Amino acid sequence: MSIFHRGILLLMSLLFFVVSQAWAHGFAGKRFFPATLAVEDPFVSDELTLLTNHIREPDQVTNEFSVAYSKRITPNFGLELGETYQHLKPNEGGSKNGFANLEVGAKYQFFTSEVHEAILSVGLDAELGRTGSRAAGAESFSTLSPAFFFGKGFGDLPESVRFLKPIAITGAVGPNFPTRNSNVTTTVDPVTGDIDQDIERNSTTLNWGLTFQYNLQYLQSFVQDVGLKEPFSRMIPVVELALSTCLNANCKGQTTGTVNPGIIWVGKYLQLGLEAQIPINQRTGNHVGVLFQMHFFIDDLFPQSLGRPIFR
Amino acid sequence: MLRLKIITTLCSLALAAAAPCWAWAHAFPDHAEPRVGAVITISPTRVRIWFDGVLEPLFSTLQVRNMSGQQVDPGDGHVDEQDQTLLEVSLPHLPPGTYHVFWSVVARDGHRTQGDYTFTLR
Repeated sequence: MSIFHRGILLLMSLLFFVVSQAWAHGFAGKRFFPATLAVEDPFVSDELTLLTNHIREPDQVTNEFSVAYSKRITPNFGLELGETYQHLKPNEGGSKNGFANLEVGAKYQFFTSEVHEAILSVGLDAELGRTGSRAAGAESFSTLSPAFFFGKGFGDLPESVRFLKPIAITGAVGPNFPTRNSNVTTTVDPVTGDIDQDIERNSTTLNWGLTFQYNLQYLQSFVQDVGLKEPFSRMIPVVELALSTCLNANCKGQTTGTVNPGIIWVGKYLQLGLEAQIPINQRTGNHVGVLFQMHFFIDDLFPQSLGRPIFR
Repeated sequence: MLRLKIITTLCSLALAAAAPCWAWAHAFPDHAEPRVGAVITISPTRVRIWFDGVLEPLFSTLQVRNMSGQQVDPGDGHVDEQDQTLLEVSLPHLPPGTYHVFWSVVARDGHRTQGDYTFTLR
């Protein structure tokens, strides 16, 4: 190969890397935020999540299988599509199966601080009414959910408390607005002809959640080599609080939710997560559920095609 | 049923894609010498960091600074030619103190990762 050709090759390589060097899923500086299982994460990314969930609630046993795909349109703006298949076993009556309503969403990551390992973003999700199975409880109305998300790593703490540096918190807060205030069911008594109307109010709720993470990879790579080997050196013990407070209607002021302690393992192309779901009160349930997640980093699997933002 | 087929197809594609070895992902440190956070008594002749993936030599850097922020290495940080997962820099004889290692690497797919750690020489 001639010097000229070598030069051209070097120039093309330089151009390629200058153009394509990029941060990706869940990074703020050296901090990696994993995709959490119950509380939506604060970053925009190309990812595919498979999530299964089993929990006994007060009136039924719920098994869910969810798929969510997120796609970056620009480096800081992404769209998401999600679907859930439900298998419900009510305390009384037979089992019900079917899809929940389709969920679509958009998220904009408007602030990232590499030095302070911080991320802020806003999003809007919509659960589209009449797109799921009525038999499985899918509503006939839509729900709009604007939300605010944040993530903060503690790598900027002083050296005197360096073992706290692997800690990170993330959170999400936002209301769910039903597009219809109430459902009216009208029945006519076949004998008397009397008309009976049953009015069920659709409540507005506030979803709020926090996650607490201790990143062992961060500890091992940036704070102190404590001798951890794989798979432990790639683990993140996590506790999530996924809560919902009713803001109006008959349930006003009531909060339900779960505390989820668990482990996330982060590989090069995917992460695996396992959490227990512990109800915070009797209104939520009396039994511990379980969540399992398989999460693919599309930007790492397909770095030059599917995993890139459409517009850079 | 169409939706079930779409989801099944998406999941199958994802699982199939999880296996290939042609893709490169973010490069993370595997281990380092001196070790992260180590307290040592002999001045090291170099700092070496092994990563879990192949690095792009043109865009991977390694520097060592003292606690005053002064660079103490001669500026020859580089990716090893034989082992392209290894980033290293030579060091002169160092006086006792705490030293800060800064690295920034680009994996073969263009993903950048960066980090830093300290070691103390007594």
